[in-house]
Amino acid sequence: MRSDRGNRAPIGVKVAAAAALLFLHLPILLIFVYAFTTEDKSFVWPPPGFTTQWFAVAWNRPDVWEALTLSVQVASISTLIALILGTLCAAAVSQTRFFGREVVSLLVILPIALPGIITGVALRSAFNLADIPFSFWTIVLGHATFCVVVVYNNAIARFRRTSASLIEASMDLGADGFQTFRHVILPNIGTALVAGGMLAFALSFDEVIVTTFTAGQQATLPIWMLEELVRPRQRPVTNVVAMVVVIVTFLPILAAYTLTRDGDQIAGSGK
Amino acid sequence: MTPAVSFQNVSRHFGSVRAVDGVNLDIEEGEFFAMLGPSGSGKTTCLRLIAGFEQPTGGHIKIFGETADGVPPYRRNVNTVFQDYALFPHLNVIDNVAYGLMIKGVDRATRTRRAEETLELVRLPGYGARRPGQLSGGQRQRVALARALVNEPKVLLLDEPLGALDLKLRENMQEELKSLQQTLGITFVFVTHDQGEALSMADRVAVFNEGRIIQVGEPEDIYRRPRARFVADFVGSSNVLPPDLAQAFGGPRRWASLRPEDIRIGKTGGHAATVTGASFLGAATRVACDVNGARVNVLLPSGSAVPSLGAPIRISFDAAALHPMDDAA
Repeated sequence: MRSDRGNRAPIGVKVAAAAALLFLHLPILLIFVYAFTTEDKSFVWPPPGFTTQWFAVAWNRPDVWEALTLSVQVASISTLIALILGTLCAAAVSQTRFFGREVVSLLVILPIALPGIITGVALRSAFNLADIPFSFWTIVLGHATFCVVVVYNNAIARFRRTSASLIEASMDLGADGFQTFRHVILPNIGTALVAGGMLAFALSFDEVIVTTFTAGQQATLPIWMLEELVRPRQRPVTNVVAMVVVIVTFLPILAAYTLTRDGDQIAGSGK
Repeated sequence: MTPAVSFQNVSRHFGSVRAVDGVNLDIEEGEFFAMLGPSGSGKTTCLRLIAGFEQPTGGHIKIFGETADGVPPYRRNVNTVFQDYALFPHLNVIDNVAYGLMIKGVDRATRTRRAEETLELVRLPGYGARRPGQLSGGQRQRVALARALVNEPKVLLLDEPLGALDLKLRENMQEELKSLQQTLGITFVFVTHDQGEALSMADRVAVFNEGRIIQVGEPEDIYRRPRARFVADFVGSSNVLPPDLAQAFGGPRRWASLRPEDIRIGKTGGHAATVTGASFLGAATRVACDVNGARVNVLLPSGSAVPSLGAPIRISFDAAALHPMDDAA
């Protein structure tokens, strides 16, 4: 017999859970604390003093702005490419039958299962072979490989839960392919696309490994941070930027989580 | 008169599966037409061929005399009530019903008014603001009906529309659909596997099996004069007598159909039989008998004396009740 007590965890488990969560998140908190330290050569604990001057310093450094702009541009364009390709691919795999459908499905997901370093090396040698100079667009291409996956995964889950007869019903009522997409498909997969797009943006925004192999002289924000860590000047600026990165990536992920959480009912199930 | 829908030697093969195989059929304008058959008999594929979701692999379909070859669903003046209703979950009831008008470019005020009128027609007024998810099965069915009818189709296709409803609701909807069809005068093509539904609602019935039409006719015709063993057995579970027994019962030496309710049980006259089972059906009792090794079912009206198991009895019937069939299919 189960009683209400069965839902209560023993104190030991609670302590262990708290310890694990602290272990995971305390270092992140440390990053935030060091953004306010007065010591700029090395990280000493406890910080000798607190200041907000590093925010002003970061604001006025052009290299920070360059890196941030580049990252936002790369993430936006990669996400856009991923949204288009991922949705088309999910539609094809879920709505039609064709030879090699399962293989396509597997190959699309592969880049995210593959270690980034392999994707990076592979892309770099491919770009070299094809004599493509490393540029903004090679970074975008590299990021798009794994951004497509998250959009595809979100879209296909929603497509599978959307009854195929909805599309037939729309056609039956006089709508052609484009009208059906606009009035029926898009409203039904919209939140999944927004969620997938936000995840893709966040993934691209903090990507390091693939970027190091596909970038030329450009430094995205995470690359800039790596370079900055080895230089002993104005260290807390890196921490300020780190805070921004955390916020910029965390907000979309939170939004994506909220958007997909409510989407559990089956779209278009008749009975 | 031009038939509303005309099948001319139509086939639809999926690889080696012959879902529809050489169907010839004319559905008249204003008719309530039922396509009856077990699952996988090709009746739903025929409906989808009319709607345009499938294209025939052989033969031609004409809708009001015009060829439907290569015409996509959105350019056909037919509308479908889907088996799962397929209501748009992101739209409320009014916008669902007005969808076809919105696509045609009718302005919002007009389409809302017409959607409301149509909802009234299917006896679901005042539900416009609700979402499909907030409706019961029967209500969704009415919305699906309204969504199709608001476009004033020349032919309305219904794919097992009552399948998901419970018995009481189904009986009510049968009557309503029938009177709706008579009021509007639109051709209804109705797919069902329920022979009772087909017989009670349709002006004419086509019985499908294995992608072919076995028989087309008025319900009474189909029921009284089945042409083939399959029809006799599928429609109303008739006794299908092998040629020997048919001859012994006084008919020609051919396969024959003998309706269980046409047989009387007595002590004298007729033919000798042994009772092997009885099941109570409510309005009647079905008595299973053994006649020379063949099983013959007898339907006794409720209230009549049911013979006990193993009792030797005599069964008799009017000579006209024994219906010899044309082919052995």
